[in-house]
Amino acid sequence: MAEPAHSDQPLLKTPLHAEHVALGARMVPFAGYDMPVQYPAGILTEHNWTREHAGLFDVSHMGQAFLIADDKSHETVAKALEALIPADVLNLKPNQQRYSQLLADDGGILDDLMVTRVGAPGHEGWLYLVVNASMKEADYAHIQARLPKGVSLNREDELALMALQGPSAAAVLAKLAPETDDLPFMMSADVQIGGISCHVSRSGYTGEDGFEISCKAEDAAKLWNKLLADPEVKPIGLGARDSLRLEAGLCLYGHDIDTTTSPIEAGLIWSIQKRRREEGGFPGAARVQREIKEGPSRVRVGIKPEGRAPAREGTVITTPDGHEVGIVTSGGFGPTVNGPVAMGYVSKDVSAVGTDLHLVVRGKPLPAKVAAMPFAPHRYKR
Amino acid sequence: MTTRYTKDHEYIRVEGDAGIVGISDYAQSQLGDVVFVELPSVGKTLSKGDEAAVVESVKAASEVYAPVSGEVVEVNSDLESAPGTVNEDPAGRGWFLKIRLTNPSELDGLMTEEQYQEFVKSIS
Repeated sequence: MAEPAHSDQPLLKTPLHAEHVALGARMVPFAGYDMPVQYPAGILTEHNWTREHAGLFDVSHMGQAFLIADDKSHETVAKALEALIPADVLNLKPNQQRYSQLLADDGGILDDLMVTRVGAPGHEGWLYLVVNASMKEADYAHIQARLPKGVSLNREDELALMALQGPSAAAVLAKLAPETDDLPFMMSADVQIGGISCHVSRSGYTGEDGFEISCKAEDAAKLWNKLLADPEVKPIGLGARDSLRLEAGLCLYGHDIDTTTSPIEAGLIWSIQKRRREEGGFPGAARVQREIKEGPSRVRVGIKPEGRAPAREGTVITTPDGHEVGIVTSGGFGPTVNGPVAMGYVSKDVSAVGTDLHLVVRGKPLPAKVAAMPFAPHRYKR
Repeated sequence: MTTRYTKDHEYIRVEGDAGIVGISDYAQSQLGDVVFVELPSVGKTLSKGDEAAVVESVKAASEVYAPVSGEVVEVNSDLESAPGTVNEDPAGRGWFLKIRLTNPSELDGLMTEEQYQEFVKSIS
């Protein structure tokens, strides 16, 4: 058995660090932060609890920031961001949220992010961004360097972020903030939860109905414990967060998407609205438009190993006669599926659902099939 | 009957000329929920330190190394359908394989129960 590698760099702590330690979490370094990978219940139990009840995740390590137009015009701020991402920002309604990607000039993905048009009164011309923890410094520098005059980026390092996910999430939050119950998927609201000012969006990274809740760092522990006080809610670590998102078919930056993959190869065309596909005007638009028209040479697919052995990231994918056709970018055990699941990139000609493939695990070819994603059905509130 | 441990957290419980190999309670708790175990074929010859088996948790795959040299004479195939047994009873029903020792003096280089417990204390 091999010991995990340790880094000597000092780790950052989220505002909920002491809560995790008090709950008996196993803390590991992740994206420069000391984060809970699991609590004493363990990853399988945490995963299943989230699918059946409600799980509470600390995601305060993620980067939260505002993009602000001096002229208080949504059009100004939307155009500034549309120069960097392929989503339609201009037509976002107040409080509406969209998933998108920061693109490089060659169409590679620099990071993926959530963009919300701030709906609070007096905040016209504000966009709220949530980016990956591991990429936030690079993202902020990238955005900052490309903003036009009159638009500024305010990073919000004093905000906490938590996610409440699972079929009981809505009922739990409705007891504390009734107005959240009617919030549709990918819409947000500013609400009070037990006297704490929060920004709540109906979204998440598990495939379940649920919310992401932002509040001031100083209020985070109080909110965390208020939510955990509900018997339907248990704390969930990064281990189950990963197995939940994998079963939901959602990409993890640095694994399933990176600077070598385009949003079209990654199957993220749904996140590029019609106007942007036609007009372009974002970095890498030529590649994206060409791949939409001609089809990309490789695509991200779901892969279901036929046996019990998980195929991890980096596993080579071949045809049954041994020709290398791709690579696994995320793979592991899916507790809800009760078996191994994976995703990866394969050549277009072997990407149809049901295609027989082999996964080379520890030198042995194991049979697998291209599978439809998500592996566990999405249960979003539409 | 003697039990010896490696610094990689395998144990070997020696009975006569053969030993039962598994992973320690500390190892299973560090791994978390075991979801898959790959066992060697019976008859396979292993040198001390060779990869003998693979144990996978939700998060990652880890190798189980042969604590001593010898021939695999039996494997715990129950683990294929019930890998969680490794978590529930690592020293008992969660054993991995039985090996016939070719060089019993290799046991002298391994830790006793007491030494292993000290070792675990020093790293945790």
